[in-house]
This record gives sequence, C-alpha cells and structure tokens, in this order.
Amino acid sequence: MVGVNEVKWTPTLIELARKPDYFLPGHRMCAGCAAPVIVKLTLKALPDPDNVVVVNATGCLEVASTIYPYTSWKRPWIHNAFENAAATASGVEAAFKALKAKGVWKGDLPTVVVFGGDGGTYDIGLQSLSGALERGHKLIYVLYDNEAYMNTGIQRCSSTPQYAATTTTPAGRVIPGKPEWKKPIGFIVAAHHNVYVATVNPYFWADFVKKIRAAAEYEGPAFIHAISVCPRGWRHESKLTMTISRLATETCLHPLWEFDPETREYRITDRSLYIAKHPDKKVPVEEYLKLQGRFRHLFKPVRRDHLIKEIQEKVDKEWEYLLRLAGFK
Amino acid sequence: MRTRLAEQVEMLLHGESAVAWAWKHVEPDVVAAFPITPQTLIVEKFSEFVANGEVRTQFVSVESEHSAISAMVGAAAAGARAATATAANGLQLMHEILYIVSSMRLPVMLGVANRAVSGPINIHCDHTDAMGQRDAGWIMIFTEDAQEAYDTTIQAFKIAENPEILLPIMVNLDGFLISHTAMNVKVFKDPKVVKDFVGETRPVPKIKLMGEEVELSLNPRNPIPVTFGPFAYYDYYFEFKRQQIEAMKKVPDVVERVNDEYYEISGRKYGNGRVVPWNVDDADIVAVVMGSAAGTMRYVARKYRERGVKIGILRVRMFRPFPWRDLQELLRGKEVVAVFDRTQDQGVMGGPLFLETLAALHYLDDRPRNVVNYVFGLGGRDFPPELVEKVFDELIRIKDGKEKPFVKKYVGVRE
Repeated sequence: MVGVNEVKWTPTLIELARKPDYFLPGHRMCAGCAAPVIVKLTLKALPDPDNVVVVNATGCLEVASTIYPYTSWKRPWIHNAFENAAATASGVEAAFKALKAKGVWKGDLPTVVVFGGDGGTYDIGLQSLSGALERGHKLIYVLYDNEAYMNTGIQRCSSTPQYAATTTTPAGRVIPGKPEWKKPIGFIVAAHHNVYVATVNPYFWADFVKKIRAAAEYEGPAFIHAISVCPRGWRHESKLTMTISRLATETCLHPLWEFDPETREYRITDRSLYIAKHPDKKVPVEEYLKLQGRFRHLFKPVRRDHLIKEIQEKVDKEWEYLLRLAGFK
Repeated sequence: MRTRLAEQVEMLLHGESAVAWAWKHVEPDVVAAFPITPQTLIVEKFSEFVANGEVRTQFVSVESEHSAISAMVGAAAAGARAATATAANGLQLMHEILYIVSSMRLPVMLGVANRAVSGPINIHCDHTDAMGQRDAGWIMIFTEDAQEAYDTTIQAFKIAENPEILLPIMVNLDGFLISHTAMNVKVFKDPKVVKDFVGETRPVPKIKLMGEEVELSLNPRNPIPVTFGPFAYYDYYFEFKRQQIEAMKKVPDVVERVNDEYYEISGRKYGNGRVVPWNVDDADIVAVVMGSAAGTMRYVARKYRERGVKIGILRVRMFRPFPWRDLQELLRGKEVVAVFDRTQDQGVMGGPLFLETLAALHYLDDRPRNVVNYVFGLGGRDFPPELVEKVFDELIRIKDGKEKPFVKKYVGVRE
C-alpha cells in the first residue's frame, strides 16, 4: 500500500513552521500567490530535505524566483525550458544513479522534485511527463495549477475551468469565457498505473504534507496535483487566497484524493472524505465562483443561472464519478 | 614526438557502430536517445552493450529527441558525462534546447548522422540538419569515414569537457555514406587507454560562489547550492552570451592539441584538427568540402594530379568555430577556390560553407582570383567520380580563362 494511511508522521503546524525554509524571501511572486506556499510545504514535508534536487518548468515560479544574479532556492535547482521539466528530471535522476554505480556518488540518491505549472504540465509538457512516468523514474512531480497561462498574462489552458474568463477566452457577448471543461489531469496520470497520484490543497496542509511523504516513500514516480490560487488571474483580493483555496475543495471542484499504484485503489482523503460521508456539507459552487472576477460575467450585469447550474451539474457528476472510483457508491 | 602508441585491433564497423564502440570505451554516465534513421544503429548497438552489462551507463530510452536533449541537460548539470545521437528532424526537434545546453556550458556530446530535413521526407544524406544548428553555440565537427567517427567521438569528450571550454559538441557523420558503410576500423584493445585519455569520470569544474568553493553541478552536498538556468534580463543576458563567445574562441587551439595528443596514442591525426588539406600548398585550384565527399574528390584529384593539373582538396573538419584563419592561410593567392555545400541554400547567395569562406577571404590582400560555389548531393543524391570530373574540368576552364566564373551552381540535379 502507498498513501497517507501508511505515513507514520503527523506533524503539528508549529513543527512544520520550525523546519528550515528552502525557498527564501526576496522573490517576486505576487502577494497572495499560493505557489510559494506549495513549494515550502513540499520541501518541508520531505524526509531528507538536505538531499534534494529541484527541477522547475518555465513559469511564474521560475521567472520570479531566479532573477539573475539572485535566487530564492536554497537547494540545487535547474530550469531548462517550458515543456521538458520531466525529461530534465529524468536526466538528473539517471545521472545520480550512474554516478552511484561508478562510486562517484556515495550514500542515498537525492530526491528529485519537479515543480511545473499547469501550462507546462497539462499542455506543452504532457508528452515529456508521460514519458518520464512510463519509464518509472523516481520523481516527485508537483503540479501547481493556477488554471491558466498566468506567466504570459492569463491565457487559456486546458486546466482552465469552464466559463472562466481569460485573456484568450474573454467573456464576450457571444461566448461566456472558456467553453470547455477542465481536463482531468490526475486521472490521465493515474492511467499510467505505476504512479502515486494525489491531489492536494495548501489550505489542508496536514493532508498535503502526508501526501508528499507518501510520494517520497514510494519507490516509483509520484504526481502531486496542487490547486494554486492566483489573485492576479482569478481576479480577487490577495487576502482571499486561503478562503478560495478551501472552497475549491469544499465545493468538490478540487476534491482531495489519492491513487495507490500498488493496490490500484482511489481513496478520498481529509475534508473530501468528510464530505463523502456527509453530503450535506458539500458547498454550492456559487460560493466559490462569486468571489472571483474571472466568473463575474456569470453574475453581472445579469445573473446567468443556467451557466451556474451547468457548472454545478458537471461538478456533481465528476464528484459522483470519484465517489464510485473510491467505492462509495 | 614522444610515442606511447597503444595497442589497437581492427574491426569491421560501419560509422554508427564505430560511434557506439567509442561510447563503450568512454562509458558515458547517461545516454538518452530516440531512434531516427539513419542514427538508429548507434543506439541499437549501444543498447546491446548496456543489456550485456558491458557498460555502467544509464540508458534512458526517451519518448522524443526533445526529451533526449532535455535529459542531457539534467544529467550534465548533475555532473554526469552525457551523450546522445540523432539526425534530421530529430535534430530540428532538439533545436530549442541546443541553445540552452551551450548557454548552461554543459559539455554534452551529440552524434549526428546527417540526413536531409523534411519535406519532402527523405532519409538520406545532406548537411541541412546540422546547418540549421550552426548558430546554437555548439562545437561542430564533420568526419569523413567510420574510423574518424570513432576517433572524433573519443576526442569530443576531451574537447568539450576542457575547463577552458565547457561547450557542447556535435560530431557529424554523413547519413548512410558513413553511418551505414563498413570499413576496417582500428579500435583500442584496452578501453583503459580511452579512459586515461578522456578521464575516468568527467572533471566537474569548481567555482567560487558566495565565498565558498563549490562544484559547478546540482550536487546537493555543495556548501552553497547552485541555481542553473535562471532568468537573465537585459542587464545580464548579453554578458552570458559574451562569455560563451570567449569560450568558443579557445576551441581551435584545444581541438589542435587534442588532435595531437590523440595521435600519440593512436598514430592517427586529422590535419591540424580543424582542416585537413591535401596537396593544397602548390595547388592552383582548391576544392573546399566537408564530410565523405572529400574522399571521392581526392580519388578524382589524384588522377588530375597525374596529368599535371595542380588541384588540391581542403576538407573543413571543424565547422564551428569556423576555422577562418586556416582558410585564409591556405587559400591566399589561389587561382580558383570552389566551395562545395551539401546544404539547402534558399534565398541566399550561396551555401553556408561558401559564404563563410568568402567572408574569411575578403580580408586577404592576395584574395583568390575566383571563388565559386557548388551545391550538391541534397537528399542523398549521388556525387560520383564522373560528376566530380565534370566539375573539375569546369574549374580548369575557369582558371584558364576559357569559361566565365559564376557565383553558384547546382550539381547533379534536373534543371
């Protein structure tokens, strides 16, 4: 078995806070951006954070954290290009294996952690990701999903939720934002069968860090899908980041689950497990949508009930699907 | 010269097996590759060595050439010795990352079995694939036969990994003409000879970072961790490029030195490493060419020499950095210089070898009287001795003033 139930580590928030930071202040990420929280939680959760190599796809995180001659990374870090973080990480992992075989590297192999945004993961980097997973490299791939090409100015991605306005799917008089539903990246990755897959939410930090530990303890590749709230692109006040993050899971838009590659089981975790057991605790999507400017056209100048209803029905359907996968139905 | 010639054995190898044998003897830490004709034999042969446990190399069988070169970046940044191979469209797919490899100063070795680029799709030899990468900041060497492919692959690691250089290197061998043509190749009997030549493991340079000495790698045990591939604005980007240019300037001397050192253990050397002249000194007419066509040209030129025609062949072995000083020295005062490009040359005055030769000659007081360009052999179009004779006859007529010189002609194509 691989997953949170196997992890014998339940840190308190104070314990986590006291662990050293490996992502240092001074970076240029926006106020309220969830990505630095995701990076810090990931690195703090690793069993041996001193023996880590970080690989970063092109994106906000890479651009804003390494403006030469400065760097926020207190770990060895490499950025290659947009679409090839997983392939680059394959090379890093293979290198240390070879150097160990030749006796140049002694001791445990470093943990290779990849941070990729949704553009670099869902879209342009999907091929290189699939290749690396299939080859079974020991990587922890962390997707920080802010649901659009934020670095280039909020353009549509296949991760963008339906009816969200982006700069390439604006809310027009005819087309009300992005017409298509969000691509189910977690299931696509789980379909490789050899990957530990988990969704995480920085608001639910305890579940988050346990999943990173489970990923580190698994001998094969791991894929962590983190929802990454973006005040700039989602158009809300910075102070609402954690509120919106929490609602993403409470509305079941970003439910918390994991896929165990050994048992091939889907398991629902943490707050989502609570909602699975208490369906009345599921929050209507409207509560989430109405806080964000990217969905404003669903409410103003006139309320478009049919679109909100359509989103709710699709969320319900996806949630039902997950419940079935996890054996609740 | 001090002799320490090492024992060698002859094996019947085609160019690609020769590259695979060179890899076997060097034993890179990581090889990541994707198959494409006519490069496949390199990775197939090397996979056998891996499968039989004859090398400790990690062979990463990637899902595309883009991922192959991307994995090279990760592996080399981790401090590993890294090698890959490709051709044609595969090389085009790597294009984006080639610039990143050189910018990160990663000494990656890349074997290219030169093949025409689509479209139309074609699998046979020309140099268009490599020429599309000529500004990517890589050292580029063109070989002439399987023996040279073996020798140059070994030399490549030593050139690229030189701490003064730290640039990636591309070793080109003509698709099919070299890659799939067998000859008796002398290989070192004891791989230790090769290991001693290139070093058992890659020498990873040390740098000063925030007052500490660190290995220029992703080594997590560095006292200060290294950030590779940062974001550099207008305030630093230019300096990054300027440093690459400085490193490139040092390549000609290092290539010559490695060529000499390799001669000591093998008994083989290729001109001064950069250019390989054949009867150029007293020649009136000189043909400048790269790759396997040089052999055909020498074969024909030998017959012309017997007839008293003073013709020479100058093979350019190192295309990047371009050996313009060598060309100036060797071509000054000639009657006719004919430059042969096996490359598409659309919308320009001539092929890249021609244009760069022309630029080099421009600064001479005693420029050659005539410099002409021939484009030949695209998509594997044969360039047989009869065609070479036709061209040489034309050059003689130009020398004698019986035919008007021209800028560019196409050889062996239906007009």
